[in-house]
Amino acid sequence: MTCLPQTTKKKLGLAIDLDTCVGCHACVISCKGWNTENYGEPLGDADAYGKMPNGAFLNRVHSYEVEKPDGFAQLAHFPKSCLHCEDAPCVTVCPTGASFKRVDDGIVLVNESDCMGCGLCAWACPYGAREMDPIANVMKKCTLCVDRIYNENLPEIDRIPSCVRTCPSGARHFGDFADPNSNVSKLVAERGEIALMPEQGTKPVNRYLPPRPKDQISKPSVTAPDVAETPDGFFNWLDKTLERLG
Amino acid sequence: MKDEHKIDTSPKVSDEIRQTTCYMCACRCGINVHMKNGQVAYIEGNRDHPVNKGVLCAKGSAGIMQVTAPSRLRAPLKRVGPRGSGEFVEITWDEALHTATDWMAPLRETAPEKLAFFTGRDQSQSFTSLWAQMFGTPNYAAHGGFCSVNMATAGIYTMGGAFWEFGQPDWDHTKLFMLFGVAEDHDSNPIKMGIGKIKSRGGRVIGVNPIRTGYNAVADEWVGITPGTDGLFILALIQSLIKMGKIDFDYLARFTNAPILIDPETGLFMRDSDGKPLVIDRATGNATAFDTKGIIPDLRGHHKGADTAFTAMIHHFMDPANAPEAVANRCGVSAERITALANEIARVAFDEEVRLDQEWTDFRGHTYPQMVGRPVSFHAMRGISAHANGFQTCRALHTLQILLGAVETPGGFRFKPPYPKPSSIHPKPHCGVTPGKPLDGPHLGFVHGPEDLCLRPDGSAARIDKAFTWENPMSAHGMMHMVIANAHAGDPYKIDTLFLYMANMAWNSSMNTAETIKMLTDQDENGEYVIPRIIYSDAYSSEMVAYADLILPDTTYLERHDCISLLDRPICEADAAADAIRWPVIEPDRDVRGFQSVLIDLGARLNLPNFVNEDGSQKYADYADYITRHERKPGIGPLAGWRGDNDTGRGAAPEDQIQRYIDNGGFWIKHVPEAAQYFKPWNNAYQDWAVETGLYDAAQPYLFQLYLEPLQKFRRAAQGHGEHQPPDHLRDQIISTMNPLPIWYDSTAAPEDFPIHALTQRPMAMYHSWGTQNAWLRQIHGVNPLYLPTKLMQKFGFRDGDWARVTSQNGEITVPVAEMAALNENTVWTWNAIGKRKGAWALDETAPEATKGFLLNHLISEHRHSDPSLSNSDPITGQAAWFDLRVNIAPAGPQSESAPVFAPLKSPVPVAPKNRQRMTSKGQAS
Repeated sequence: MTCLPQTTKKKLGLAIDLDTCVGCHACVISCKGWNTENYGEPLGDADAYGKMPNGAFLNRVHSYEVEKPDGFAQLAHFPKSCLHCEDAPCVTVCPTGASFKRVDDGIVLVNESDCMGCGLCAWACPYGAREMDPIANVMKKCTLCVDRIYNENLPEIDRIPSCVRTCPSGARHFGDFADPNSNVSKLVAERGEIALMPEQGTKPVNRYLPPRPKDQISKPSVTAPDVAETPDGFFNWLDKTLERLG
Repeated sequence: MKDEHKIDTSPKVSDEIRQTTCYMCACRCGINVHMKNGQVAYIEGNRDHPVNKGVLCAKGSAGIMQVTAPSRLRAPLKRVGPRGSGEFVEITWDEALHTATDWMAPLRETAPEKLAFFTGRDQSQSFTSLWAQMFGTPNYAAHGGFCSVNMATAGIYTMGGAFWEFGQPDWDHTKLFMLFGVAEDHDSNPIKMGIGKIKSRGGRVIGVNPIRTGYNAVADEWVGITPGTDGLFILALIQSLIKMGKIDFDYLARFTNAPILIDPETGLFMRDSDGKPLVIDRATGNATAFDTKGIIPDLRGHHKGADTAFTAMIHHFMDPANAPEAVANRCGVSAERITALANEIARVAFDEEVRLDQEWTDFRGHTYPQMVGRPVSFHAMRGISAHANGFQTCRALHTLQILLGAVETPGGFRFKPPYPKPSSIHPKPHCGVTPGKPLDGPHLGFVHGPEDLCLRPDGSAARIDKAFTWENPMSAHGMMHMVIANAHAGDPYKIDTLFLYMANMAWNSSMNTAETIKMLTDQDENGEYVIPRIIYSDAYSSEMVAYADLILPDTTYLERHDCISLLDRPICEADAAADAIRWPVIEPDRDVRGFQSVLIDLGARLNLPNFVNEDGSQKYADYADYITRHERKPGIGPLAGWRGDNDTGRGAAPEDQIQRYIDNGGFWIKHVPEAAQYFKPWNNAYQDWAVETGLYDAAQPYLFQLYLEPLQKFRRAAQGHGEHQPPDHLRDQIISTMNPLPIWYDSTAAPEDFPIHALTQRPMAMYHSWGTQNAWLRQIHGVNPLYLPTKLMQKFGFRDGDWARVTSQNGEITVPVAEMAALNENTVWTWNAIGKRKGAWALDETAPEATKGFLLNHLISEHRHSDPSLSNSDPITGQAAWFDLRVNIAPAGPQSESAPVFAPLKSPVPVAPKNRQRMTSKGQAS
């Protein structure tokens, strides 16, 4: 068993806007690219050109249809990665102490040299956010790009997770949820959030901003009456209008 | 508590960043290629680049898997087995180039038209077309004819520019954005960035698309329209706006041809003695040339029995057949909702107008204290384009934009340099063949009447694809989809050598794939192939490779020089001219050459003008040398950057021009001055800037063509007027489709036994056939079920994964199905080009792409069912009508594979590695 910190100084995480996520998978592949070259073992791909390709990804986009009883069906895209929970069951279940949550910023990581690949943490995570690397046989998960966000070899503007930097629609926001004035805290305050399995008591740090209501334009407006129904009527109206304009 | 783990939070990111242009799709984003140990380690977006401003899509980030793909061809190949077997031997470049020259040189001396040179997803068309022109064959085009030529031509003829490369919504000011029929992959990053911007400002997005995925999934309003009826829906919106009086009369009077007088006898413009169209000046009531200084044209002018185009338009658009109530069932959208959407468009356009404090002066000398715009913008692409009524549908959409006064005004749609420019200053098509000499001019262009068609003296088609004939008069991008069928049929004539670049015509880029494969392998009575010789250039082991006799292996996009040129399809933004390069950020580890450099070599071997010096020696060392030194006109060449003394875009190119691009991140940009940023077609400040930049040789102010006179000229001919006469069997088609005002006609009609519409689109994370070989991307989209709406799933008792037999008038396929609720209830669809032939792309034969993946192409004929002598294309532009497909569906019972099943191809590349695990810094890249 591994212990969690009582509190963390910062609560770094992502606010993901489900109203603008178009489901393009840009974040998925940017993440794959960065983390193949960085933190721990490279992300492997087994049977890469075969029948059952099986690669490790730290972030995946799922799509769900939402059917409305009195409206059009909708399609929601849901990017999913580690939520860096405050009460992370993946950490407490780890038999070797490989999984841990950082005191400074709350990021949940796996120390791969201590990971024996037992997979208990992946079972314990209610969100399915951890994946066993099929080649290296170590547990992989989102690092919140811990090797980018403090990286002095990167320009300051790029010290953000690669998924956030690449997101074309600007649906991914990175910041400190412990700070009520941070960009992400303000977004949640303004837009609200969709809580993910609150009954699990995991207290996820990442937040999901809800889609705005859709398909609202269905009734003609009463403020835009017709001025004419026929060409002649229209020309009569127009000629008067143009005269008024001079 | 283990919080003390040593983590290096500042690892070295890379040894070097090399900045070039992406080619994982057609968007041409800027990329930072991070290099470690001489290898590509990581690719991210270039923050300074005008197209993507730092972001990058899944394809772009997966480029590393493309440049290391096991499907990369390794050396020139000569076919040694039967065509289609995939049996090749590797040969030297010397042998390959000798062979190609030996085949083509005699053709040039005797019958240049016997070479048909067609390029696919070619980003060097200004170069490949020059090569073909110098060869002298009329048979050249790229893939526009089977992609979105309706969108391009309707835009250029109507308003002097089109969507995507040539224009974009005013993302910074628009408040209502309406998206029609855009597949998920189109204009990938800019649209996503734009939607993000609009939503962050509280603006709204309306998606009109039978399928609610991608952009349509995040649209605030989804209009799940019936395929092929967008034009009718737009005509109903137009009628609603007219009835409300919500159109921009002042804009129409000043900037469009609405006030031009139409001769009631001919339907053509009344003109003055200089040939300039006439308007009535509101101040004096006199008829005068449209561009007379100081006038304000009268929309309601009368002159010698003639009324204005505007008067004709109002009668036309108020036809009761276009009323919301009349079109609702057909479109699958309620009349109430159509009216409500029209109300919303009118409200945003007229109640929320945008005013910029920027004075400007128009071509008639009027000065305006502000730039006033209507913040409603539109974008559309293949969904409305790939129908046989697509040209008129796209015309209707542009008409809607113009009636709102929302083109080139703040908040509306903006052109990107080198657009706007009137269709009349584009070249006309040329087809004059002289053995041993160049063609008499550029192949492709814009026809303005029957006299511009590409016909031989006997009236038959001059081009193998029959573009620019009475069958498809305005086929400005050619008709690549007809080349193989026509060459096989010897109609209009036989060819000798088919030379293709980057076009997977033996698979996903052809209609009627199974039959196309037969045409490519068909032999005559002497045992010779009916299409005698096929040369193909591709970087990868695509399906088409197996059907060529000689393969010229291309490099990947990180191993080559390219220019994304202002002469072609540049990377401009609405407020800047910009162009870009690719350069070899890595060197090929195979015996491959960039195709354009190969053409330069072949051009010299064939002694083509522009490719040899006076002494007959090779003029350009390679494509990079051509990019720097070629001049199209004095001071104008492939790249505009750092020319002349003041970097104006015009003038001599510096010798180190490519290095200057590299040093600047791979691109060059020149901003449009503030006073020139809107109203460009009429704005003196823009016109002057465009001349200075080399976009035009002289100012070109023009009017938007709501009433399109060239169409009326074809109609007049079909009615029996003039010396150029169509064949009788085409008169009705021309009269009924080439209306000078936008119309709708049903292009998807099919017998009752094919009641269901069937569509394809590409996903955001894939581009054409390229994505499937990509070890990362194929894990996102490795299968493509046929998506059925809930109603059809229930009707047939299907569950996800069941198999359906799908039939059309052309054929039958058997495929897996899956349910999708957010779908037009009479439409099925699938992802395009996921399905692969066994043996291609270095995929294992058990890969799901090769077992369950499938193409809808087998169901689509390249000929029109109602008249097989005609192509399955828009009768005006020749746009391939992919989306007119109608099918029927029946349960097929359990299956092991999708059908039809094709024999495996013998792969010309080695078996792919089983696993991939790549980390350059650990020296274990694999």
